[in-house]
Amino acid sequence: MTTKQPTRFEAVIGIETHVQLNSRTKAFCRCAYEYGAEPNTRVCPTCMGHPGTLPVLNSAVVKKGIAIGTALGAKIRRTSKFDRKQYFYPDLPKGYQISQFDEPLCYDGSIDVVLPVEDGGEVKRVGITRAHLEEDAGKLTHAKGEDGKKYSYADFNRAGVALLEIVTEPDLRTGREVAAYGSELRRIVRFLDACDGDMSRGSMRNDVNVSIRPVGRERFGTKVEVKNMNSFNAMARAIDYEIARQEELIRSGRGDEIVQETRTWDEAAQKTVAMRKKEGLADYRYFPEPDIPKLRLSEEFISNVVASMPELPSMVRARYAALGLPPADVQVLVEDKELVTYFDAALSSSAKPSAKQVANWLTGDIMAHLKNSKMENVSQLPLSPEALGEFCAMIDAGEISGKIGKDLLPELLEKGGSAKKLVADRGLSQVSDPREIEALVDGVLEANAGQLEQYRAGKTKLKGFFVGACLKASGGRANPSLVDRILQAKLDGVPIDVA
Amino acid sequence: MRLNPCSCQGRPTGVSHTGRSSVPPSVRPRNTSFNSSSLLNSRQLARGEVRCASLIHNLSHALKSGKISAVELTSAYLDRIRSIDNTIGSFVQVDFAGAIEQAKQIDSRIATGQDLHILAGIPLAIKDNICHQDLSTTAGSNLLRAHQSSYDAEVVTVLKGCGSVLIGKTNMDEFGMGSTTETSANKATHNPWDLSRVPGGSSGGSAAAVAGQMCAGALGSDTGGSIRQPAAFCGVVGLKPTYGAISRHGLIAYCSTFDTIGPIGPTVQDVSYIFGALQKDGNIKKMRDTSLRHSSIIETSLPPQASLSCRPYEGRRFAVIAEAIDEGVADEVKFSFFDSVRHIESLGGVVDLVSCKTFQMGLPAYYVMAVSEASSNLARFDGVRVGNREASYESVTDSLVGHFRHSYLGPEVLRRILMGTYTLSSGYSDEYYARAKYAQRLVRDELISYLSQYDALLTPATPDVAYTRGSKIMDPLQMYTGDLMTVNVNLSGLPAIVVRSGVLTVAEGTHLPIGLQFIGKHFGEGELLQIAHIFEISLDSVTKFPDEEIFSWL
Repeated sequence: MTTKQPTRFEAVIGIETHVQLNSRTKAFCRCAYEYGAEPNTRVCPTCMGHPGTLPVLNSAVVKKGIAIGTALGAKIRRTSKFDRKQYFYPDLPKGYQISQFDEPLCYDGSIDVVLPVEDGGEVKRVGITRAHLEEDAGKLTHAKGEDGKKYSYADFNRAGVALLEIVTEPDLRTGREVAAYGSELRRIVRFLDACDGDMSRGSMRNDVNVSIRPVGRERFGTKVEVKNMNSFNAMARAIDYEIARQEELIRSGRGDEIVQETRTWDEAAQKTVAMRKKEGLADYRYFPEPDIPKLRLSEEFISNVVASMPELPSMVRARYAALGLPPADVQVLVEDKELVTYFDAALSSSAKPSAKQVANWLTGDIMAHLKNSKMENVSQLPLSPEALGEFCAMIDAGEISGKIGKDLLPELLEKGGSAKKLVADRGLSQVSDPREIEALVDGVLEANAGQLEQYRAGKTKLKGFFVGACLKASGGRANPSLVDRILQAKLDGVPIDVA
Repeated sequence: MRLNPCSCQGRPTGVSHTGRSSVPPSVRPRNTSFNSSSLLNSRQLARGEVRCASLIHNLSHALKSGKISAVELTSAYLDRIRSIDNTIGSFVQVDFAGAIEQAKQIDSRIATGQDLHILAGIPLAIKDNICHQDLSTTAGSNLLRAHQSSYDAEVVTVLKGCGSVLIGKTNMDEFGMGSTTETSANKATHNPWDLSRVPGGSSGGSAAAVAGQMCAGALGSDTGGSIRQPAAFCGVVGLKPTYGAISRHGLIAYCSTFDTIGPIGPTVQDVSYIFGALQKDGNIKKMRDTSLRHSSIIETSLPPQASLSCRPYEGRRFAVIAEAIDEGVADEVKFSFFDSVRHIESLGGVVDLVSCKTFQMGLPAYYVMAVSEASSNLARFDGVRVGNREASYESVTDSLVGHFRHSYLGPEVLRRILMGTYTLSSGYSDEYYARAKYAQRLVRDELISYLSQYDALLTPATPDVAYTRGSKIMDPLQMYTGDLMTVNVNLSGLPAIVVRSGVLTVAEGTHLPIGLQFIGKHFGEGELLQIAHIFEISLDSVTKFPDEEIFSWL
């Protein structure tokens, strides 16, 4: 029997994201978590699972969960409960993880993900199945000891740190969509100050479920879980690799080699590698956590959380679009909460610069400077938003030219301080006095009598040459439009009108 | 509610329908009066003073008036432990040096005239599943043989704050799983009334220590009857408080839904003092406030006998749960129970017989929930963080966890973990755990509905008197049925108190106590203690302790 090979496949992708909530203390005890701390120094009897200890739910964790859920357009369950998910693993202190099984805190939401402009910039709606609270486990490292024997070292600093696990519907189709979803989710949790979103530190961990099927078929293919991607870029590459791998297996008649398993992204080899097979469903023996009463949330509690939520990325995008900023600038600015804060502060500074001017400088020269100087974000710049506002307003008003601005910026970025003062110190303010300009133009025309003759003989292209010479003679300070008008009048032999 | 027709009129007893109204000759109230000074010589406790029906009250008074120092008192108890506990085996660890240190501090506080808590200087014992950071906490298990808790249980913190002298840790069934203290990996504990019998369990060590006068009071824990049953077997008073009334932070968990910590003492008043100090919403908050910590809060004082009318139960209504005096209950226990009912009626109480249709559901529902939660609560004992581990293993998950658990846990604990793992398995948890929770609701609703009509419910404390050692340990199912009287109270989260209601002579010179259980309303410990106190002080013909005659081996 021959089977006709389907010609086109589509991927069906869903994501489970573990968002580590940045509450001051852990989910069920008073330990303050700190990434990179000395092993087992951020622990107490409770998060170590010592006999007799009891969990006490941290209300900050619930608040952050509600805020994220609300930002994801999800419904917030007024009564939810915690359950025990039971399995033995040496990094799991109690032999079970406190999680939420059948009554998650948040359910049934969706977010609109803006794909990068270079990918078309369209908007993709991603359904959110649920988001539930749970606790993180510790960390194991395996190494040889001084005696040469193999040891497993357990560090419980991370054990008990609050997580919100966010599960999407299988709505995504490509690696780039996955990356776009992941980065939008990260922006949301960062804007809410609920998580630092640092993937390399494990603050945000994405497990991506990928299967493929012939276009038009309803039934899902065998799904493979891909994890261990440390950037959205890696996520896009990993998923696209995995889709291609599965497609290749099916096309070569080895479709049965696609099995339900967990594969890890090998960044060095740029491919996914089988990690462990999932043989049957693990029995986690879930049952309601008897140590934590049902979580009942009053309308007042929820509305207080919602009322104190800051502006979300989508709202900022709409606000910036209304300012007339181009989509590409909006995307860059909203990438980063610090950038938004900085931009807004510069915009509302007393000098009242134009949005376009500030956006241009921020997304252009300043972003480039950040990258080159390896700064994490704009908040680390010596240049205050107020000073940037003043700088941009001076350009808006023609007090300095864009070119002089470009010359000044490096010093401002390095040392901060006032642009006005710097301009005054360097004597760089733009020359806009018509008489000064006229003298300048006269000087240039006198010095280039030959060219003037050629111009008057009809070689009008030489005007550019004169403009350049004038600006050069002024050290760049001459107001270009004034130079243009006065030069034109002189060339044409007509009276100068500088009204 | 459907009342038994015989009991509608209240008096005479509504339980006489059984056809046996006479007191069996073997149930013989003993005429020995309570003498709290038995530990002390007569010089130390002046003659002729008004005695209160409380050992702790008398001791506290003697301490504060300078008749005895805390060090002398503690030494007296420690001497008693030295002389008799090698026979009874109630303690797994005695803090000889630490206890004297604690007592010294109390003496210096008394010397400076500080106003002290009623429990200050009072030697108390702690069940070995309650964490105490200076003493070992083994929960009766080999697995925790070397375990020293890194923190104090909330109740230990509070008792330390009250100035109690915590003299040691008492023996118990491994992780609370047992009714005889025989599953303890440490040693056996003997019933002070008859050394060939068990003290009950799982708080057998605490009950035996109180009955043996090796401490003035003790803490136990009660998941399915583990305070009340040993209290009954040892003839002392045991209170299982409302679930949540006392913090269980620092109690090694067995079944979280039912676990409670509670006091065991020689009298209701003693138990009341300890409970008063530990109650979560009242005194713990006050105790945390150091300005109040040393003040004498004796709000839990019960009325002295002299202040009571001759009919102190007038206006109070009691219900006997008919199913609790049905088959499976020893005749002697039934007869003693009927005596108690008549006694309550003679004090003006109205006693009705009610049928509790869900009564029989309790035991299976209790065991399903208990083993399920136990399998989960004990999962943390994987050999990684707590407990000994001597070898190295190829795989942490398979060989370490499996080997560690199997080599250190006793058969009863392993049995319950296995059953619990099964009952929580996917596909079975609806059949077992979810149904048991449903049954729990039915039991609770029924008991609560009766408690809306009655001041307290009455049952025997246990279906039988203390078992002979070894008689139940080989038959787990029979041992489980011994919890018939007590588990419904845990399912319902209600408070219940067990007091001694009679003494049975089983052989020449061998007497065994019989207990009566009063079940009260949620957070109604105040009322429940009053009721039990009246019962106790009005039944002055009942001996308070195994006396010299019983302690013939002394």
